[in-house]
Amino acid sequence: MSNGQRQGTVGEFVRKAGVTGIFFARLLIACVPAMARPRLIVAQIFNAGGRSLIIIMLSGLFTGMVLGLLGQDVLQRFGAETALGVIAALALVKELGPVLTALLFAGRAGTALTSEIGLMRTTEQLTAMEVMAVDPMSYVAAPRFLGGIVAMPLLVAVFDLIGLYGAQLMGVQFLGVDRGTFWSQMQGALGMRDVTEGIVKSLVFGVVLSLIAVNEGYHSEPTAAGVGLATTRTVVISSVLTLFLDYVLTAVFL
Amino acid sequence: MLPRWKPAPPEGADRGARDRTARVTESETQHAPSASTDDAVVDVRDVHFAIDGRAIFAGLNVRVRRGLITAVMGPSGTGKTTLLRLITGQLFADSGRVSVFGRDVASLSRSEIYRARRRMGMLFQNGALLTDIDVFENVAFPVREHTDLPESLIRKLVLTKLEAVGLRGAAQLMPAELSGGMARRVALARAIVMDPEVLLYDEPFVGLDPISLGVILRLIKQMNQVLGITSIVVSHDVQELASIADESYLISGGCVVASGTPQELARSDSQTVHQFLTGSEEGPVRFHYPAPDYASQLLGADAG
Repeated sequence: MSNGQRQGTVGEFVRKAGVTGIFFARLLIACVPAMARPRLIVAQIFNAGGRSLIIIMLSGLFTGMVLGLLGQDVLQRFGAETALGVIAALALVKELGPVLTALLFAGRAGTALTSEIGLMRTTEQLTAMEVMAVDPMSYVAAPRFLGGIVAMPLLVAVFDLIGLYGAQLMGVQFLGVDRGTFWSQMQGALGMRDVTEGIVKSLVFGVVLSLIAVNEGYHSEPTAAGVGLATTRTVVISSVLTLFLDYVLTAVFL
Repeated sequence: MLPRWKPAPPEGADRGARDRTARVTESETQHAPSASTDDAVVDVRDVHFAIDGRAIFAGLNVRVRRGLITAVMGPSGTGKTTLLRLITGQLFADSGRVSVFGRDVASLSRSEIYRARRRMGMLFQNGALLTDIDVFENVAFPVREHTDLPESLIRKLVLTKLEAVGLRGAAQLMPAELSGGMARRVALARAIVMDPEVLLYDEPFVGLDPISLGVILRLIKQMNQVLGITSIVVSHDVQELASIADESYLISGGCVVASGTPQELARSDSQTVHQFLTGSEEGPVRFHYPAPDYASQLLGADAG
């Protein structure tokens, strides 16, 4: 890559970051009038959260079962099967729950948000709103943004609960770990700080992923290819940022 | 007094010179201070506008008088829709002045622009209906957003407008279930539901069957005559516009090449006007995009 190309790429990155920052500020301002339309926000919580529930529950169940299976196998080598509940709970609440839910959210709800808003742009629905003196930022973008923020922690909670059930199902029901030890050790080891870490991560992911999805849709090229590209960008940027932010937040909470 | 079409300069002159002449003619005649300026709902003066360095308007002058139907015609890509976007404050001129209801759009704050838009209605080329709500809710949308009318009144209002466009029976359909013509009629009902002072029509006749076309034409005329709604119709359907327009502007090359009543335009000896009205391929407005010589390209080395 030549110096000129490198500068161009950096310049484009800075420009996009600036555009996203300004859009974020506009979005926060638009959230105030959007609060007056709770019906729209509830509808978007359902769209982002309710419609993602099945894949979140299935993913949580299988993740928990893998934790139970692998955890029991590894721990028994050290004679520490009783710690299975602790391992599963810490892994799910602090790390796997928020991260996997965020990745699934980006793939399911994020793409849906981007393509929906992008198509609204393509079919001039956003322009029509502007001409009707209705701000599409507060009518379209803000409710979807708020819906995503509310939906994410709820989805993470569901993922964690189903995941713990999956770990218990595998470890206790099938592999014979003592039920009382499993739950009591978990209760003793899992502190408020761990739960807070999970909640903070889910909130941060909710804000960032919803922002990316709405921003990409709102600024997508009003063509079929443009909407497709925007949707792809949503998944790629969301996934990379999720893992990066997970690292940062994990380091902060250590 | 409405500015009328002025004879274009000799057609042998180069196009740029002709456009400049037309601008001079307009700047001298169309916008001379007079009492008639007061009844201009929309006044576009010497507007220059470019997108990505490509000049769309280079000294555009258009004035829309209250209570009249003004047609804006021109070949595809001449910026007719862009003109509507300038009028509604979605775009701003690089230079010149766009006045709506007597105020310079560029000087208005965002909330003032929104207030001005509430006095306008716009019919989009593809309808631009909101796809996640049904026909009834689409028409009710501006009413719900801008008023606190009781539900019973909103229902009557919406059904009245839908009846006017012949789609009262389609109130519960979703936009995806409508044909293109029906979607346009629903969009028209939505555009008039707030009883705007000015209605902007962006290519309202494209793709309509003869019955829908006749209905839309009658509606535009009736709303103008009965309700006194000022109408700006952007289109290149010459015959349809001629039957309803009080004034017409023909835009080409970034500025107005002729203006006046449809009859005056029809009598014009301007080659541009003649080419446009007769739909001729030959004339000052090029049909073919600039390209190398046809034969040499077909027979040349890159012919494959």
